[in-house]
Amino acid sequence: METTITLEVQRYLPEKDTEPYFQEYKVPLRKKWVVLDALNYIKDNIDGTLSYRWSCRMGVCGSCGMMVNDKPVLTCATFLEECLPGPIRVAPLSYFDVIRDLVVNTDGFMDKLKRVKPWLITDQVKPVPEGEYRQTPEQKAEYDQYSMCINCMLCYAACPVAGLEPEFVGPAAIALAQRYNYDSRDEGRKQRNEELLGEGGIYSCTLVGECSEVCPKAVDPAGAIQRYKVSGAAEWWKSVVVPWGDT
Amino acid sequence: MANKKNNDPFWWTLFGAGGTISAFFIPIHVALIGIAIPLGWFAMPDYEGLVELARHPLSRIYLFALISLSLFHWAHRFRFTLYDGLQLKHLEQYIVVFCYGSAIVGTVIGLIFVLSI
Ligand code: SF4
Ligand code: FES
Repeated sequence: METTITLEVQRYLPEKDTEPYFQEYKVPLRKKWVVLDALNYIKDNIDGTLSYRWSCRMGVCGSCGMMVNDKPVLTCATFLEECLPGPIRVAPLSYFDVIRDLVVNTDGFMDKLKRVKPWLITDQVKPVPEGEYRQTPEQKAEYDQYSMCINCMLCYAACPVAGLEPEFVGPAAIALAQRYNYDSRDEGRKQRNEELLGEGGIYSCTLVGECSEVCPKAVDPAGAIQRYKVSGAAEWWKSVVVPWGDT
Repeated sequence: MANKKNNDPFWWTLFGAGGTISAFFIPIHVALIGIAIPLGWFAMPDYEGLVELARHPLSRIYLFALISLSLFHWAHRFRFTLYDGLQLKHLEQYIVVFCYGSAIVGTVIGLIFVLSI
């Protein structure tokens, strides 16, 4: 007989439940099965009403993030065998509002991403005939790490400050700001500073560091925030000492 | 929401400087005065010599920086501990005044102290 493992999955159907609760499912314990496979097994064979997000199954789309045994992980990259002997608790990402079962509301996160202007900003747009904005491999390496983010929001579910302070722009958005700030073709740092040096910006971070612990793409958002604090402080002092200067 | 007049970069600079200086130097003080000398690894320096050393202008600057910046390090950290740990963010204005105010008072006392050695 096939061995099984128990999953305790958080359920919440707003049209009939007043509160979330956990439901148990027994699924086959197969080698090479990840938690997402187990959820798909439940949905296909046991309970078609279970709702959750996923797409790529290969750690690229960033949509399958959930709390597994209280840790934010990509469920497509977490093997059942890592969670033995079970039961495995699966819940929606912490600190997010739950829409249904394991599906969270991402609107706040999307707004935060927009706030940091994550696109190349140039003072003057070069006319097309003048060619591309060129960049050396070394210049690209400056921001490469920060461009690896897949917007999975695990860092927001790991960050107690983001949980307590809805205004805090948060780890991934700041790493994304740095992705453009460190891009040799970009001139938008000043505009991003306006958003990030003030209330709810980088100085709300108390360097808990959990964001970098849970990030599946080694973006190191905590490092991005620390670097930003240092350069932000330098710019602040410069603006005080040389108020007529261009910072 | 974006607030250009925010003073956090200023407090953070003092916090960072205080964290660095206290992390580097306070263990040396503790190791020397708290461990090495009581255990007899070094002879007890004589009082007059120590006072002489402390009166040197560079020592005064050092002691002042160590005292003041460590206090600002505490103030900034404690401010966020009260915000997040005890969830008192709604008392923000009082907390800011209490934390940085204490550090400023401590700085003044520290200044008087190093000048009066
Ligand atoms: S920084 Fe890492 S944890 Fe945060 S959203 Fe991006 S990939 Fe996910
Ligand atoms: S399903 Fe795409 S990252 Fe997991």
